[in-house]
Amino acid sequence: MEIFSNILIYFVIIPVLTLAGLALTKNKGIDAIRAVAVTGATALVALAIYLVYIFLKARGLGNTDDMILQTSVTWYEPLNIKLALGVDGVSVVMILLSAFIVFAGVFASWKMDPLPKQFFLWFFLLSTGVFGFFISVDLFTMFMFYEVALIPMYLLIGVWGSGNKNYSAMKLTLMLMGGSAFLMLGIIGIYFHSAPEGQPLTMNLLEIAKNDAIPHNWQMYLFPLTFVGFGVLGAMFPFHTWSPDGHASAPTAVSMLHAGVLMKLGGYGCFRIAIFLMPFAAQQLGWIFLTLTGISIVYGAFSACVQTDLKYINAYSSVSHCGMVLFAILMFNHTAMTGAVLQMLSHGLMTALFFALIGMIYGRTHTRDIREMGGLMHIMPYLGVGYVIAGFASLGLPGLSGFVAEMTIFVGSFEHQDMFRRVLTIAATTSIVITAVYILRVVGKLLYGAVQNEHHRSLTDADATERISTATLIICVAIIGCFPNFFINIIRDSFDPVVKALTSVM
Amino acid sequence: MYLIPSLIMFGCGVYGFITRKNMIAMLISLELMLNAVDINFAVFNRYLFPNGHEGMFFSLFAIAIAAAETAVAIAIIINVYRVAKKVDINQITKMKF
Amino acid sequence: MEILNSTIYVLAIPLFMFLFLGLVGTKMPRKITGVIGVLGMAVTTVLAYAIAFTYFFGEGPQKIDGVYQQLVPTDWTWLSFYADKLVVRLGVLLDPISAMMLVVICTVSFMVHLYSLGYMSDHDGNPEKGFQRYYADLALFTFSMLGLVVSTNIFQMFIFFEMVGVSSYLLIGFYYGLQPANHASKKAFIVTRLADLFFLIGILILSYYTKTFDFINIMGKNGGEVMNAFTSAQGLTFMGCSVTGWALTFIFIGGAGKSAMYPLHIWLPDAMEGPTPVSALIHAATMVVAGVFLVARMFPLYVLEQGAMDIICVVGAFTAFYAAAIACTQSDIKRALAFSTISQIAFMMTSLAVSSADGALIGGHEAGLGYMASMFHLFTHAMFKALLFLCAGAIIHAVHSNENSKMHGLHKFMPITSIAFLIGCLAIAGIPPFAGFFSKDEILVACYEKGLGWGLWMSMVAGMTAFYMFRIYYLIFFWKKHEVHGEHAPKDQPWTMTVPLIVLALISCVAGFVPFGDLVTWNGQALETHMNWPVAGASVAIALVGIGLATVMYRKENPLPDKLATMFKGLWTASYKRFYMDELYQFITHKIIFQGISKPIAWFDRTIIDGFFNLLGNVTNSASWGIRKMQSGSVQGYVSYYIIGAMLLAAITGVVVLCI
Repeated sequence: MEIFSNILIYFVIIPVLTLAGLALTKNKGIDAIRAVAVTGATALVALAIYLVYIFLKARGLGNTDDMILQTSVTWYEPLNIKLALGVDGVSVVMILLSAFIVFAGVFASWKMDPLPKQFFLWFFLLSTGVFGFFISVDLFTMFMFYEVALIPMYLLIGVWGSGNKNYSAMKLTLMLMGGSAFLMLGIIGIYFHSAPEGQPLTMNLLEIAKNDAIPHNWQMYLFPLTFVGFGVLGAMFPFHTWSPDGHASAPTAVSMLHAGVLMKLGGYGCFRIAIFLMPFAAQQLGWIFLTLTGISIVYGAFSACVQTDLKYINAYSSVSHCGMVLFAILMFNHTAMTGAVLQMLSHGLMTALFFALIGMIYGRTHTRDIREMGGLMHIMPYLGVGYVIAGFASLGLPGLSGFVAEMTIFVGSFEHQDMFRRVLTIAATTSIVITAVYILRVVGKLLYGAVQNEHHRSLTDADATERISTATLIICVAIIGCFPNFFINIIRDSFDPVVKALTSVM
Repeated sequence: MYLIPSLIMFGCGVYGFITRKNMIAMLISLELMLNAVDINFAVFNRYLFPNGHEGMFFSLFAIAIAAAETAVAIAIIINVYRVAKKVDINQITKMKF
Repeated sequence: MEILNSTIYVLAIPLFMFLFLGLVGTKMPRKITGVIGVLGMAVTTVLAYAIAFTYFFGEGPQKIDGVYQQLVPTDWTWLSFYADKLVVRLGVLLDPISAMMLVVICTVSFMVHLYSLGYMSDHDGNPEKGFQRYYADLALFTFSMLGLVVSTNIFQMFIFFEMVGVSSYLLIGFYYGLQPANHASKKAFIVTRLADLFFLIGILILSYYTKTFDFINIMGKNGGEVMNAFTSAQGLTFMGCSVTGWALTFIFIGGAGKSAMYPLHIWLPDAMEGPTPVSALIHAATMVVAGVFLVARMFPLYVLEQGAMDIICVVGAFTAFYAAAIACTQSDIKRALAFSTISQIAFMMTSLAVSSADGALIGGHEAGLGYMASMFHLFTHAMFKALLFLCAGAIIHAVHSNENSKMHGLHKFMPITSIAFLIGCLAIAGIPPFAGFFSKDEILVACYEKGLGWGLWMSMVAGMTAFYMFRIYYLIFFWKKHEVHGEHAPKDQPWTMTVPLIVLALISCVAGFVPFGDLVTWNGQALETHMNWPVAGASVAIALVGIGLATVMYRKENPLPDKLATMFKGLWTASYKRFYMDELYQFITHKIIFQGISKPIAWFDRTIIDGFFNLLGNVTNSASWGIRKMQSGSVQGYVSYYIIGAMLLAAITGVVVLCI
C-alpha cells in the first residue's frame, strides 16, 4: 500500500500497535504494561525527532510546498472523504510536542492504580487521536481524530480522577461535545461550498483553500461556528469553565496530556481550519474574538490570583496562556502567529510540567490546598526547584520558553496597524505582571516559609521515574527558551499561505 | 353504509382500551378494534375494487391472526393472574423499568 | 584586539559557574563550592580588568582620533522575527560605559564572593545550609548583570533586566524559610516586574517606529537612518504627547523600577532581608543602577525628547530628597543604607536628566557634563556603598542584629570596620579627597548649569546625605558604651571579610582621581572638566554642616534627638514609617487588586459563567425528568397520546386543506 510508505501514518500506527500490545498484557502484569507503554512512547519521540530531521532536510533541499509528505487514500468515494496526510512546520512542532508530552505522561503515571492496563489503553487511544489530528489535512479525518481524542477523556477522568470527578468528567465532555457540534456544522457547511459550481466537492483543506469558493456571506456564518467549536477546546472566554473543573479532577498524566496537547488542538484548528479557509470572515469578525481572547488573557490571570487549589490556579493560568495563543493567531501576521505556535509549545510543556509536579506533590501530601501546605522546599527540594522553574517559565523568564513566546506575540501583535489591536495588545501585556503575582504567591505559600504541617516532614523527594518525567519537560522548556530560532525557522514559512490569503481579502 | 357500524365499533374499542383497567376488558376492546378494521377491509374492497378479493382474504387472514393473538394474550393474562393474583394493569408494575 | 574579542568569556565563566554549582554543587562539600565560586569570579575579574584596560588605554580599533568607538566583538542572532525585519541578537557591545561597568561589577562581585566565604559561615567558619545555592545564585546574578551592561540592543537589555530581577528574587529570598524574606523577595520581583511591563511597552512602541532594537543603530555609525525614523515619529502624537516621548517615558519607568525611583522604590528597603553581601552587590552597587545605565544607554534618544528628560529630572530630584528624609530616621542600619542608596541613585538620574540642558546634540558638547558626572558617581558610589554595606554586614555578623539600638560604641571592638565605615561615610558625604567629592561635585555643577533651583535643591540633599550617614556612623560606633550580650564580645571579622573592606576603602580613597572626563563621555570624546570652586566649596561646606549637626546630636548619648523627635512628632513618625508608601501599596494590592478585582472575577466565573453552563445542563436534565413521566410504560397512556396526536394532525390537515 502506498500509504504505508509515508512516515506520517506511523504516528497513528504506533499508538495503535501499543494499544494492541497493551491488550495482550495481563491485567496484573504491571511490568509488562509499563514496558509496552514506555516502548510506544519512546518510539513516538524517536519518530517525531526523525520527522523534524526529514522536514528540515526537505526544506533545505528547496521543497517549498505548503505541506510536505502528502499522501491521499480514498476512504469513502461518494462524499470524497480521504485519508489525506501532510505536514507543515506547525504540525511538525506540534507532533514533536505531543510526543514529548506522551513520553513524560507515561512516566508520570508510573504508579497508576487501579486498572493500569485500562488506563494506558485509554491514554494511548487519546494519543492516537491527537497525532491523527495533527497529521491529517482532510476535514473529515481531522474531525474524526478530534473526536477520538475527546472521548477517552470522559473515562480517564471519570474512572481515575479525584474529587468531584463525575461532575467534572461530564461537564468537560459535554462542553467539548457542544463545541464539536458547532464544529461539525461548520465543517459540513464548508464541505458544501468547498468547490466552485460544477466541480466535485472536497474535504481536503489544501484544495478548499486553493478553490477559495466559500461565498463571503456563508463565511460569516461558518467562521464563528468553527472558531467557537475549536475555541471551546482552546478555553476561550466564556467557554473555558470546563477547564478548571476538568483539570482539577483529572489524574496527573491526563491533565498533562489535556493541557499540554489537547488544548493545542483548539488553537491549531482555529488557525488551520477557521482562519485558513475563511480569511474574509476572519478579517471581518476577528475583532469579536480578539476581544474575547483578550478578556481570556487578563481574566484568567486575575482569577488565578485568588484560587487556593493548585490545579485550579494552573487551570486558570492555562486559560490565560491559551487565550494568548488565540489572541496572537487573530493578529494575522507572521510574527504574531509564530509567537502563537511558540506559545502552544511553551504552554504545552510548561503546563504539563506543572501538572506533573502538582500530581507528585498531591500524591505525597494528599491535599492541593495551598493553605494547608508550606515550606515544602525543605522537604522535597527536587520537586520544589522543578516547581520554581515551571513558575519562572510561566511568568516569562528569559532562557525558558515562556519569554520567547510571549515576546514574539507582543512584538508581532504590536506590528499591526490597527489602533484597536494595539491597545488590546498593551492590555494583554499587563498579564505578565499578574502572572508574576499568582506564580510567586503560590511559590511563596507552597514552597517557602516554615513547614506548615509536621506530618509532611516524613515525605520523600521525587523518585527516578518522576525525575525522568520532569527532567524531560524542563530540558525541553530550556531548549526552546535558549534556542528559539531553531523552532522559528521550522514554523515560520508555514504561515505564508494563511497570511497571503488574509491580505488578499483586505 | 357498512362503515358506520365499523366506526362505532372502532370508537368503542379505542374508548374501552384507554379507560378499562381490566386486562381482559382491554383485550376485548382490542378485538373490537381489530374487527372494525376487518370490516373496513371488506367494505373498501367491495367499494373500490369490486373485482379483486385481496381485502377479503386480508380480513380472513387478520381474523385468524387475531384468534392466535388472543389465545396468546389470554395465556399471558392468566399466567400474570397466577403470579400477581390480579388483572388490573395499573397494579401490575413489577416489570416496569 | 584579541583581548576585546574575548569579552564573551567574562559572561561565559559566571554562567558556567552557575550551572556547575547549581547542578553539581550540592554533591560537593560546601567549603569547596565556595572556593570554586571565588576562584571563578577571580578569573572573570582579571579578564574584565584586562579588557577594560585595553579598551581605555590600548591602541586599536576602539579609539580613533581620540574618540572611543563602539565595538561589537560578539553577535549572535538569537531570535529573528518575521523576514529578519526585527532581530533580537545576543552580543557584546563595548563602549566606555560598558567597559566601566565591567570593572565596577567584577570588582564588587569579586569582593562580595570573597566576603561571603566568611559572612555565610558561623563563627567557627562552617558554611551554613544552602551555601552552594548561594554561590550559584551569585554567579547567576553576576552573569545577568554583565550581560545587561554589554547588551547590544534594547531587547537583550530587557532580557537581562528580567534575569537580574530573578536572581535578585532568588537571593533576597535566600532564607526562604523566613516569612519576611519570602515577602520581600516577592515584593521586589513584582514591583520590578510592573516596571518592566512599562519597559516592554516602551520597547514595543520604539521598535515599531525605528524598526530596530540595536543600540549601535541608534547612535553608532549608521545612526542616521534610525534617527530619521525617530525624529519623524516624534511628529506623531498620542494623547497630546509625541509617541517617542511616551516610549522613552515608559522605558524610563522600567529603569525607575530597577533603580528604585519614587514611587517604585518600595521594594528596595525590604530587599534588605537578603544576606548583607547580597545587599551590597545587588541592592547597592550594581543592579539598582541598571535603570541609570539604561537611561545612559538610550541617552542619544533622550536628549531629543525634552519632555521625557524633564520627567526624569523631577522624579530624580524628588526621590533624592524623599529618600534622604527617610534615611534620617531609620533605626535599622541596612534600611537606612538602602534609603541612602535610593537617594544617591536619584542623584545619578537627575544628573543624567539635567545634562540635556542645551541640547547635547547641537554642538553642545559641554552639555554632556551631567552624563559624565552621572557615570562617575555611579562608579564611585558602587565602591563606597558596597564598602558601607559590607561594613554593615560585618557588624551584623558580629552582633546578630540590624537595629542600631543593639550596637552603639562598637568602635573599640571593631576598629578596622569602624575606620572603613568612616571612609565610606566621608566618601558619600563628599569630603575631599574621597571619591564621592569629585563625582558629586560634577553632578552639582551640572545641576547649577541647568538652573539655580535645581542646584540648590540638590545641594541641600547633599547636606542631608552627610547628616544621615554620620548619624548612622555615630549611632553604631559611638553614642554610648556597648553592652555585651551573650558570650562573645563583637570583634573584627576573619580576613575573608576584612580584606574586601580594606580594598574597597582604598578604592574609595583614590577613585576620585580617575580622569573620568577623558574616558567616559556620552559621545566618546574627551570632556574637559574644571573644578568649579564655588560649587565645590559650597558643597563641602554644606556637607560639613551636616556632619557637624550629626556630631552634635549623636556623638555622645544625649536627649536632643528624642526631644526633636517629640517636637516634630508627626513629621518624625511619617518619615520613620516611610511616609506610608508601603501601606498605600498594601492597600492597592490587597484591597483593590485582590479583593476588588480578583475576588469578583473569580466569583463571576464560578457563579455566572459556570452557573450558566450548569444551568444549561440542569435545564436539560430537568426537562428530561419532566418528559420521562410520559414514558410511563402504560399502553393505555400511549394510546391516548396517539389518538390525541392523530386527531390533532387530522384537524390541522383538514384546516390546511380547507384554507387552500
